[in-house]
Amino acid sequence: MPHTRTTDPSHAVKKVARPSTAAPRPPAPRRAPRKVRLWRKLTPWLFLAAPLVLLITFTYAPVANMLAYSFTDWDGVSPELSYIGADNYIEIFTRPELFQVFFVSGYYLAASAIQIGVALYFATILSFNIRFRNLFKGILFFPYLINGVAIGFVFLYFFQDGGTLDSVLALFGHESDRAWLGTSTSANISLASVSVWRYTGLNFVLFLGAIQSIPGELYEAAELDGANRWHQFRYIIAPGIRPVLSLSVILSISGSLSVFEIPYIMTGGATGTETFVIQTVKLAFQFNKTGLASAAAVVLLLIILAVTWLQRRLVPDDRVDLV
Amino acid sequence: MNHRRTLTGTLVAAALLASGCTGSGGSSKGADAKAPDDPAQVSGTIKVLTHRTDIVQDGTMKKYADTFNKTYPKVKVEFEALTDYEAEVKIRMNTENYGDVLMIPGVIKKNDYPKFFASLGTEEELGKKYRFTDFTTVDGKVYGQTTNGGTPGFVYNKKVWAEAGVTDWPTSPSEFLTALKAIKSKTDAVPYYTNFAAQWPLTSWTYVDGSVSCDNAATTRLAEGDPWAQGEDLRVGDTLLYDIVKQGLIEKDPTTTNWEGSKPRLAKGEIATAWLGSWAVLQFRQAAEKAGANPDDIGFMPFPAQVDGTFCAVLSPDYSQAVNINSDHKEAARAWIDWFSTESGYADDNLLPSIRKDAPLPEALKPYEDAGVKLIELDDAKGGLVKEIDSASEVGLYGPAYRQDLVDLARGAKDGSLDDFLADLSERWTEAQKSVGS
Repeated sequence: MPHTRTTDPSHAVKKVARPSTAAPRPPAPRRAPRKVRLWRKLTPWLFLAAPLVLLITFTYAPVANMLAYSFTDWDGVSPELSYIGADNYIEIFTRPELFQVFFVSGYYLAASAIQIGVALYFATILSFNIRFRNLFKGILFFPYLINGVAIGFVFLYFFQDGGTLDSVLALFGHESDRAWLGTSTSANISLASVSVWRYTGLNFVLFLGAIQSIPGELYEAAELDGANRWHQFRYIIAPGIRPVLSLSVILSISGSLSVFEIPYIMTGGATGTETFVIQTVKLAFQFNKTGLASAAAVVLLLIILAVTWLQRRLVPDDRVDLV
Repeated sequence: MNHRRTLTGTLVAAALLASGCTGSGGSSKGADAKAPDDPAQVSGTIKVLTHRTDIVQDGTMKKYADTFNKTYPKVKVEFEALTDYEAEVKIRMNTENYGDVLMIPGVIKKNDYPKFFASLGTEEELGKKYRFTDFTTVDGKVYGQTTNGGTPGFVYNKKVWAEAGVTDWPTSPSEFLTALKAIKSKTDAVPYYTNFAAQWPLTSWTYVDGSVSCDNAATTRLAEGDPWAQGEDLRVGDTLLYDIVKQGLIEKDPTTTNWEGSKPRLAKGEIATAWLGSWAVLQFRQAAEKAGANPDDIGFMPFPAQVDGTFCAVLSPDYSQAVNINSDHKEAARAWIDWFSTESGYADDNLLPSIRKDAPLPEALKPYEDAGVKLIELDDAKGGLVKEIDSASEVGLYGPAYRQDLVDLARGAKDGSLDDFLADLSERWTEAQKSVGS
């Protein structure tokens, strides 16, 4: 992200620290012998070798494999597979019911709007000097550290009828005894709120980092000019963290389209909580249509790329210049 | 720009290379795993893959292996228990490293058996002694041997049913519903427990097939006919499940059911009934003992349908064990399979029917004998085709999704009517029959 460079305080410090008159240039070095030159060219690649090998083996090769499978009728285990061209893609686009599951993503999209709002609110508050600031930071970030499977199980008990949520509500005199995962709407809302609970911490930390990179003198200057907290947020913080904000929005949209573990563990996609990824997993492992499932995965990837591209076009990423 | 083009080129090449690799794996060798003549001479270390994580952990499997070593002193048996058996084995079967003995996962197409497993002999020969051999027969050769048989049925709490005034097994779905209603009004028990969240217990409803019609060609009828036509086995079963849920005879919140928790609850009489299989009887009795309830209260009854005044129950095989075609110790592996399924006592220990045709029924099925329940074995000649139609149609007879949808429909969490729901299944099924059959 080149745009963060301008807001980087360390950069500004360096500028000041530099002596005004440059030191005399050292004499130009003589041309190194051939062998040395070769080594010099090779050195960066030697350093890069390990990460490149890892990246290719574990990212690009599997993706290439998946692309190849998406043009076959492979069932995932049989030694025979035949190339069937674009048939899988034709099947996906001629079966509208495969795309109906994207409605479920709407719940998660709405949830991530709330999530970003909450994270932004807390990040702003906790970036000022407040008692127990670090404690609250820890509390907010903690859910993100918990393993997704564990979260699924914890919340399964939480939403059980007569479970934790019902008992807590009863403490406040709301005698409720309901199946939170019982109907499609309430199940989706429950699951989406679990995802808010889990990911707010991540957004919060990103925002906090961005806010803290805004130079402190700006607030002082603003306060002298009579700006209150809201003004400071509106005219200093919000524009200052704009790149991170737009990154969070992109992440949450692609995340909403590809929700998986929470609904898969908690409901297995029953009661109208099936998402596109769960559907793909079912195609691959329940109906043994690995070829078709690979094609579905490729389609999801393309959709996410398209959405991201569109968003970058609509909200261009301006350079931030606060000073 | 040029760099990018080379990168794409490399990716495409990698893709072709990778797919070429998968295509070449597992050439058909057609090996045999012969039964050893002299037990003392067989040697080698064999690895047995199993889904029974529970009895590997508590050492029961080790005890079986020790007894096995008394007859086969030179064979060392190692176990590898896999929690998510089907999914893990499926991936491993793309390599040659899938143990020496393994349970045949459901995903392998029957016609592919000779590519993955060594043959155990001809069906003609093995079929004389053992049940269920045709479930793993391809071209007259048998490729797997099941560890035990089983039959689907309702596990129920006898005390609760008696309390509700029902002492005889219901003979029709409507009588069954009446009985559950009596349980609801006269006792505190949940009449029927769906185990909706655990998912797999719902798939047991597919094994209703054959129990209603008492026809051992029921599997062939699935392959060739419409399973949800009026009066067909699956329609009768699914309608009963729908009615049970629709009339509120289940637990209040099926979405958060708990399988392990349901065992002691049924034993203690908090749950009256659950449709599972005869293998469950032992687990429920053990849970009863742990919970301080009487294990003898756990009963087992057949599907409420009769043909000519008798109940029918379908005997079908459990997981089948097979020998990896790439195994270096095929004789030792074969010895283990034979010994485990006929002499280990595994079936008896689990109160399950043995695969030996001359063996008596287990004690858990004693009431069946007394009531004159007719036990039938389905002909599995079309079993592979049924699985192919099932995958092609995405109905999922052996997966939980469609029964979960059915339960959701019945309790109003999903819109629609039962007739439309079943008609949609019929349509998808018969449509897929055409594409697979061609």
